Amino acid sequence: MSDSCFSLDGASIAFAAGQTILQAAMDAGHYIPHLCFHPELKPHGSCKVCSVRVDGNMMASCTTPARQGMKVESATTEVDDQRRAVVQMLFVEGNHFCPSCEQSGRCKLQATAYELQMTSPHFDHFFPDRAVDASHPDFLLDFNRCILCSLCVRASRDVDQKAVFGLAGRGIGTRLIVNSESGRLGDSDFAATDKAAQVCPVGAILRKRQGFNVPIGQRTYDVAPIRESDRGGPEKR
Amino acid sequence: MSTATGMQAARVNEIVARYQAKPASLLQILREVQECCDWISPESVGIVSRALQLPRLKIEAVATFYSFLYLQPRGRYRVLFSDNITDHMAGSRELLEQMCKRLWIEKGKVSEDGLVSVDTTSCTGMCDQGPGMLVNNIALAGLSAERVDAICDLITDQVPIAAWPSAFFAVEDNIRRRDILLKAEAVPGAALQAAFARGAEATLREILQSKLRGRGGAGFSAGTKWESCRNAQGDTRYVVCNADEGEPGTFKDRVLLHSHADAVIEGMTVCAYVIGARRGFLYLRGEYRYLLDALLAVLARRRGQRLLGEDIAGREGFDFDIEIHLGAGAYVCGEESALIESLEGKRGTPRNRPPYPVTHGYLDQPTVVNNVETFAACRLIAERGGEWYARHGTPESSGTKLLSVSGDCGRPGIYEFPFGVTVREVLNECGARNTQAVQISGPSGICLAPDEFSRRIAFEDIPTAGAFMIFDRRRDMFEVARNFVDFFKHESCGFCTPCRVGTSLLSNLMAKLHGGRGSPYDFAEIEKLNIYLQTLSHCGLGHSACNPVLHTIAKFRPAYASRLVHHEFVPAFDLDRALSTARQMTGRDDSGAHLKEDT
Ligand SMILES: Cc1cc2nc3c(=O)[nH]c(=O)nc-3n(C[C@H](O)[C@H](O)[C@H](O)COP(=O)(O)O)c2cc1C
Ligand code: SF4
Ligand code: SF4
Repeated sequence: MSDSCFSLDGASIAFAAGQTILQAAMDAGHYIPHLCFHPELKPHGSCKVCSVRVDGNMMASCTTPARQGMKVESATTEVDDQRRAVVQMLFVEGNHFCPSCEQSGRCKLQATAYELQMTSPHFDHFFPDRAVDASHPDFLLDFNRCILCSLCVRASRDVDQKAVFGLAGRGIGTRLIVNSESGRLGDSDFAATDKAAQVCPVGAILRKRQGFNVPIGQRTYDVAPIRESDRGGPEKR
Repeated sequence: MSTATGMQAARVNEIVARYQAKPASLLQILREVQECCDWISPESVGIVSRALQLPRLKIEAVATFYSFLYLQPRGRYRVLFSDNITDHMAGSRELLEQMCKRLWIEKGKVSEDGLVSVDTTSCTGMCDQGPGMLVNNIALAGLSAERVDAICDLITDQVPIAAWPSAFFAVEDNIRRRDILLKAEAVPGAALQAAFARGAEATLREILQSKLRGRGGAGFSAGTKWESCRNAQGDTRYVVCNADEGEPGTFKDRVLLHSHADAVIEGMTVCAYVIGARRGFLYLRGEYRYLLDALLAVLARRRGQRLLGEDIAGREGFDFDIEIHLGAGAYVCGEESALIESLEGKRGTPRNRPPYPVTHGYLDQPTVVNNVETFAACRLIAERGGEWYARHGTPESSGTKLLSVSGDCGRPGIYEFPFGVTVREVLNECGARNTQAVQISGPSGICLAPDEFSRRIAFEDIPTAGAFMIFDRRRDMFEVARNFVDFFKHESCGFCTPCRVGTSLLSNLMAKLHGGRGSPYDFAEIEKLNIYLQTLSHCGLGHSACNPVLHTIAKFRPAYASRLVHHEFVPAFDLDRALSTARQMTGRDDSGAHLKEDT
């Protein structure tokens, strides 16, 4: 650890060389809303939920290197308003029916929406037509809920040393694909022990036969808001 | 295995072998497979995957990023009409309809016999001689109803494209005004000799002294970029020429590469000499595939003249050569870090910056990326000196700028003006009358109304990458903006949420206004979306996606007012419109199948 510091909403945050704003903030026990970031994986910077104002400009805090003396604003109304809009965009882009979703209560998208006091999706829904892949014996892949965060892609590639998942297409047609000739999860080398099986922030990669093993109301984010459970330390699920 | 697939496999294997099965050549391999097999079949994906030792998913991920690569059959003739607003103005949509009727197909679908598909594509860079079209990625310009009929005949008769009349493929330069750059005679090797005589460091000083700023849009100092790259830590340095020219309304790089290729290549070679590079790339947009053979011939000739290769121009130890990489239909690949990803054979997703290409570019090595025109200007500076060059133009914007003039005027084409020229002077020179608006630097640039025509083209006032689209009083500026918004939606790479979703939301809002369901509420929504796109997007594409709407709202409000029929909010959802699929499927369009009588 070096003794370099930056300011986050007035608090002084120490950082090590090479750390990004979000990494340093989380190490110091501060919560900045985020979805495509996972402490054990290489930052990606795509969801933009972790955007903060740095010396006037909005930057993704997960990929912006911490710099000595920089002034970072995170918990302001203006920044949260923008984050909320991004979360709303993610809601209308896919098909997220929280009340009927198995992930409800442990879903980071849902929990982040609560955190940002989102009361409606605001934008018109796209209602995309996406199939469900139930071909794998132990896992269900529900593309309707995928937010294209690429955490499973990075986990599979960098931790599992496989390439089970990838992002394909372009623009609003961007989609998750699976590495097999049929394109189905059941025909890939995906395994329940893969890191990729554990990182999905939403209910897109779901373990079968575990439905509602923890009753709604007693789940991670039912018990404590995401700002408590996701401010660093060991992964919680 | 059938003989057809056997033959196809042999061709794919041959292509892979020619690229030595290098993963960095994936995009080039896929592009050639597409070209020779008409699509990239699952078998082809398998062959490439095994040979390059890449998971098939990686190949599918790359192939689906680029508009001109198809993992499903798209017909043996793939017709794409250029969809820029200038093409619309020249009648492209009517011609598309004519062709679909003649060929008995629906836009976007493949004919039942698998022969042909007809669709649209982003601006193909033929705006001064539109409408433009690509057939199997070969450019056609100046389409007319007769020409389209003739093309339909050639397709139904299954005449190979190589046997189509060569006049169909004629593309004009249309150079209307020449200044120092286009007047200069680029004697091959002359600028290099001048650079050698001075030495690398002194040549860099000339470039710095010229105050040349990049011509691709951002206007960064070329000398500073070269200097940073020269001083950066790294084993290998690269020179990259950005010939992606994807900004709708821009076509000056096409003309430079067609008629001044030596100047561009010599500029790249001077850069290699200054920064110490041994390898260079010219990233040519897929729409300019038709220029490839001629460019390869120029490279080959220059190798013969010892102006590329080893010991260039007799200078021992100065080795440099250039490869041409083709794009495959993705505007975002013009963004320099996306371009480098694409050069490495990947999806064209813009990188996180810093680090910048000058320190971490191609294969993470120091890399200079400059626009075609920037390199051509560097050649001129190397020959004539920085001080001479800086005498042209304005204090902050030295030299001249090539403008790609299109739209409503008598003489569309290329105009080279010294920086500082007013918009009005350009309009007068190209014979524009009753001008209502000029869109400068393309959809991501700025839209000017007549009271601004005394403004100047210069980094001090209106910076530009070169597009100059003119709209006279007949034109509906709302439809102009809507065309640009749809362009951004189509070209968003999809990496970041605000742009991926925001450009679609914006396009939907414009469609809502277009459909007569707009209210002032929608204006407020557009303004909010603008903030999200501008401040949260990952790259310049998202940052500028709202510009066309904001500028036209500010300056051409009546065009919008007529669309704001409602004072109160009206939902975008229209039940009657939603029933249109059912109507189509049942073949019913009588009044009983409609909710309202007037639809
Ligand atoms: C979305 C986007 C598209 C771009 N397209 C081009 C292009 O087609 N050609 C180009 O030269 N620069 C393009 N640029 C600018 C490049 O990123 C880069 O600034 C330029 O190639 C640098 O060369 P220059 O300094 O000589 O202008 C684009 C930038 C963005 C954000
Ligand atoms: S499946 Fe889950 S982890 Fe993978 S990209 Fe989608 S949302 Fe992210
Ligand atoms: S702003 Fe648009 S084009 Fe740029 S990275 Fe984001 S999604 Fe891609």
